[in-house]
Amino acid sequence: MTDWPILSVVTFLPLVGALFILVVRGDDEVSARNARWVALWTTLVTFVVSLLLLPGFDPAASGFQFVEKKAWLGELAAYHMGVDGISLPFVLLTTFLMPFCILASWESVHKRVKEYMIAFLVLETLMIGTFCALDLVLFYFFFEGGLIPMFLIIGIWGGQRRIYAAFKFFLYTLAGSVLMMLAIMAMYWQSGTTDVPTLLTHGFPSGMQTWLWLAFFASFAVKMPMWPVHTWLPDAHVEAPTAGSVILAGVLLKMGGYGFLRYSLPMFPEASHYFAPLVFTLSVVAIIYTSLVALVQEDIKKLIAYSSIAHMGFVTMGIFAMNEQGLQGAMFLMISHGFVSGALFLCVGVIYDRLHTREIAAYGGLVHRMPLYATVLMIFTMANVGLPGTSGFIGEFLTMLAAFERNTWIAFFAATGVILSAGYALWLYLRVVFGPLEKEKLKTMLDLSPREQAIMVPLVVITILFGVWPAPILNMTSHAVNAVVARTDQVAGAVKTALLLSF
Amino acid sequence: MYQAIVFFPLLGFLIAGLFGRAIGARASEVVTTSLLFIACLLAWIAFFSVGFGDHDTRVQVMKWIYVGDLKIDWAFRIDTMTVIMLIVVTSVSSLVHLYSIGYMHEDPSRPRFFAYLSLFTFAMLMLVTADNLLQLFFGWEGVGLASYLLIGFWYEKPSANAAAMKAFVVNRVGDFGFMLGIFAVFVMTGSVTFEQVFAAAPSLAGKTIDFLGHQWDAPTVIALLLFVGAMGKSAQFLLHTWLPDAMEGPTPVSALIHAATMVTAGVFMVARMSPIFELSQTALNVVMLVGATTAFFAATVGLVQNDIKKVIAYSTCSQLGYMFVAMGAGAYSIGMFHLVTHACFKALLFLGAGSVINAMHHEQDMRHMGGLAKKIPFTYGMMLIGTLAITGFPFLAGYYSKDAIIESAWASHNYFALYGWVMTVAAAALTSFYSWRLIFLTFHGHPHDLHHYEAAHESPRVMTIPLGVLAVGSVIAGFALYNVFVGEGVHHFFRHSIFMGAENHILHAIHDIPLLAKYLPTLMMVLGFVIAYWFYVVDRTVPVALAKSQDALYQFLLNKWYFDELYDRIFVKPALWIGRLLWKRGDGTIIDGFGPDGVSARVLDVTGRVVRLQTGYLYHYAFVMLIGVAAFITWFMFAGV
Repeated sequence: MTDWPILSVVTFLPLVGALFILVVRGDDEVSARNARWVALWTTLVTFVVSLLLLPGFDPAASGFQFVEKKAWLGELAAYHMGVDGISLPFVLLTTFLMPFCILASWESVHKRVKEYMIAFLVLETLMIGTFCALDLVLFYFFFEGGLIPMFLIIGIWGGQRRIYAAFKFFLYTLAGSVLMMLAIMAMYWQSGTTDVPTLLTHGFPSGMQTWLWLAFFASFAVKMPMWPVHTWLPDAHVEAPTAGSVILAGVLLKMGGYGFLRYSLPMFPEASHYFAPLVFTLSVVAIIYTSLVALVQEDIKKLIAYSSIAHMGFVTMGIFAMNEQGLQGAMFLMISHGFVSGALFLCVGVIYDRLHTREIAAYGGLVHRMPLYATVLMIFTMANVGLPGTSGFIGEFLTMLAAFERNTWIAFFAATGVILSAGYALWLYLRVVFGPLEKEKLKTMLDLSPREQAIMVPLVVITILFGVWPAPILNMTSHAVNAVVARTDQVAGAVKTALLLSF
Repeated sequence: MYQAIVFFPLLGFLIAGLFGRAIGARASEVVTTSLLFIACLLAWIAFFSVGFGDHDTRVQVMKWIYVGDLKIDWAFRIDTMTVIMLIVVTSVSSLVHLYSIGYMHEDPSRPRFFAYLSLFTFAMLMLVTADNLLQLFFGWEGVGLASYLLIGFWYEKPSANAAAMKAFVVNRVGDFGFMLGIFAVFVMTGSVTFEQVFAAAPSLAGKTIDFLGHQWDAPTVIALLLFVGAMGKSAQFLLHTWLPDAMEGPTPVSALIHAATMVTAGVFMVARMSPIFELSQTALNVVMLVGATTAFFAATVGLVQNDIKKVIAYSTCSQLGYMFVAMGAGAYSIGMFHLVTHACFKALLFLGAGSVINAMHHEQDMRHMGGLAKKIPFTYGMMLIGTLAITGFPFLAGYYSKDAIIESAWASHNYFALYGWVMTVAAAALTSFYSWRLIFLTFHGHPHDLHHYEAAHESPRVMTIPLGVLAVGSVIAGFALYNVFVGEGVHHFFRHSIFMGAENHILHAIHDIPLLAKYLPTLMMVLGFVIAYWFYVVDRTVPVALAKSQDALYQFLLNKWYFDELYDRIFVKPALWIGRLLWKRGDGTIIDGFGPDGVSARVLDVTGRVVRLQTGYLYHYAFVMLIGVAAFITWFMFAGV
């Protein structure tokens, strides 16, 4: 099992598929069809191969598993890959969501299908690479590289204001990543390595930690996105094609949270403690602010985008509570939000494909024509508002519990998000699905096609399954998360003793 | 057996929900209803075996959330409190299922309706069997979801959709407090499982908890936060606004969810958490204050409503207030007693009202009714029994439970004991008045709508049988259960399922109260009846003249104390206004204006003047980015070597 480089295979398999599509020739119609099928099969095979990681993965083992290390870029950076309980769920989430993205684009993308599929496959490689990389330079390469295909997807296959949205996306993320690049250089000069496992136990001097933390924070906060650097997300979501939104909400946003867990907390624990109040404040502001903004949106995708920002507020709050419930909750919420928000965007895509508008006011009474769709959307809406029994609840509950243990004010304000999320989500549902069916155009809408049912059913199943039985995810992440908690606690303890000694 | 009780309704939901269209409406009805009757039978067996046979137990189903110290299972806690609720829920639910076969027989989406009913029952059973606070919360939200779906069952009606959403959101306000309460319980006791929480509860006395920057008495904070949740679910004063609107749902739903079971979940929860509430007199004071206020307030609104279901809805609200008065007095078993009897007669009244509505072709305004006693005599008889029971006519169910509550308010040491007593006594008169007013307007006098009146007909057998069963319950539940809920048998019957502190002697104290206090409620009932008889049978011009002369008061009551308008003004509108402000000004003008838009505008200004670099092609940006990444790597390679 361990003698073949399974992580590299998972990572680069999509790239092979992309190359394959590149060399396929033929007239437009045929090549488009081939590109679709190749992309679908590639992503499916990648998913199956990534599942092979599960039997060999030992959640109780410390450190990284499936490690591969090859020379790359001379002495300073190596091709070092590996997963632990924090990264493996994200790898699986990515490979799981990709086939849905390809399927969702099956009929809605007509323009440059070949290039579109290539962009997605390249993006998959880069995303998986981001989660597997165990070398800062390699991580940076994947992390930043992911911007390019996403940028193209929004910019070429997007809606009317796609240039503006792509540019905004680019500007924000670039601003953040430049700072992170500087921080990586500084870390290399200070420690002499870019190897992540080494750096995890390195221990930077306190003063330096502050600056490094801020530099990484700039990048991850934009990716999350946290208030007030969130405004690129609604525009990007609105303009991106459905599959682009799914990947954006499902995976790309999680890179920020992953970054905090993998880098910020264990590498800069003192700074993390120091800045935790700041993150808490930004988190609750994000939860309340974006929930209120979501309440008044007129565009379905924008509403869901703002609700994503609110959920990411719960994630950052949980991460910086720095206790077991908080980190586990944040991990769970990220995974759950990955497929729930992805599913919500897929649901929007279903009606967008039929009517070509995202205006809430253009809909109403869909339940009369589309009962299946109404049911599916109800389940995901409930998961989005965190109804117990759906996967959305567990993460929200754990992160709020963790925050309550740290500071009751934070939990108090975050809990208002529970009320507001019910408000905006149900109001959206009411306006789109319920009510009389009066608009002429809606009277001919068809319910979910078999292809769309094939997309929705697995998502519904895991939404409820993980809500009732979260153990698979919690067990997978538990050990790795505890290592991070132990690392931050140890430093917190050390800082306290140092303070006591100095008096 | 307990698994069967809880999961049969779920099975029914899945069958009717997933295959309803394939197997047809009749099969869905039969499957869900028979599964419910089986569950009901098992629940009664459980009731006798646990309540009188001392067979408390715990049934582990599976693990749910295990994170560090937090260990939460899916498990059933079977004790007396649980089995009381089991029989209430399954009995009313199975009767309502049966009744709905008749009531909904013209509706095209019957499979969906029965699926929702069974889903509700499942969630409610999960709530009452919960072994820990989080599973209780699962049931709590599950019944909220089912209630939302059923209120909005006729989704083409905008008013029904609005009511459904209002119910869910207002309940979420309660959940907000409930969740914080759960967190506080976990922080203070290290567990959310009842067994451990109750074991640790005595040690909480005198401890403080840091909440919102202050040190407070821990049991008080926990109890009050949990009580906020109960206020939402049980429609108590300030969070009551959703319940009357919930009457948009089909009438069997009102009987099951908004009268007999779901709305009493708050009462159940407070009784279940009695080991915590007993530690805080402050919390009990608040419970009594809110309960007494609700009992009186809702009764006043009920006086003037014209919609037959709205009258009963406010009556429910008021009766729930009574139950909380009992909780506040520390008489948990008496509150549970009223919960049980109320489930009988209120479900009876609602189903009776449904029978009236059915007879009148979905007319709900009582001003258009009248004289129906001759047309639907069986329904009339059943409604009479229900009315006698709720007003506390001697030896019927309400007489025992309601009077016991009023007595406990008198006898308790609560700070608001006197207030609670005055309010509940006053509400007793009002209850009698509005209940009889309903009867007189609907069944007596002359028909106001001859067309409907002529077509009115008695309901089919599937609807009248449940009425009969509930009527029997409304007659006998009081004296049959008095001993084990109020009298000598309480301690042997409830054992450890409720906790009463060493100082709490309320169950004895209620027997030593002055005769006046004891008989005043009955006197009030007679008074209410006499006035209602005078107003609506002897001389109908009196109430009209009274309403004219006291117009301000009449409008105030008719508009439900203007709570909806007030909340719209201070919560809904401002939230939307702030949302719009943050979106347009916050995100638009400030963040984007000074952020990306501003920066890019400046950049474009400069570059536009200096070099024509701006080509507008995305590929160029992408290319620049690629070069950037490549340059970085190259630099790294050479700098490092």
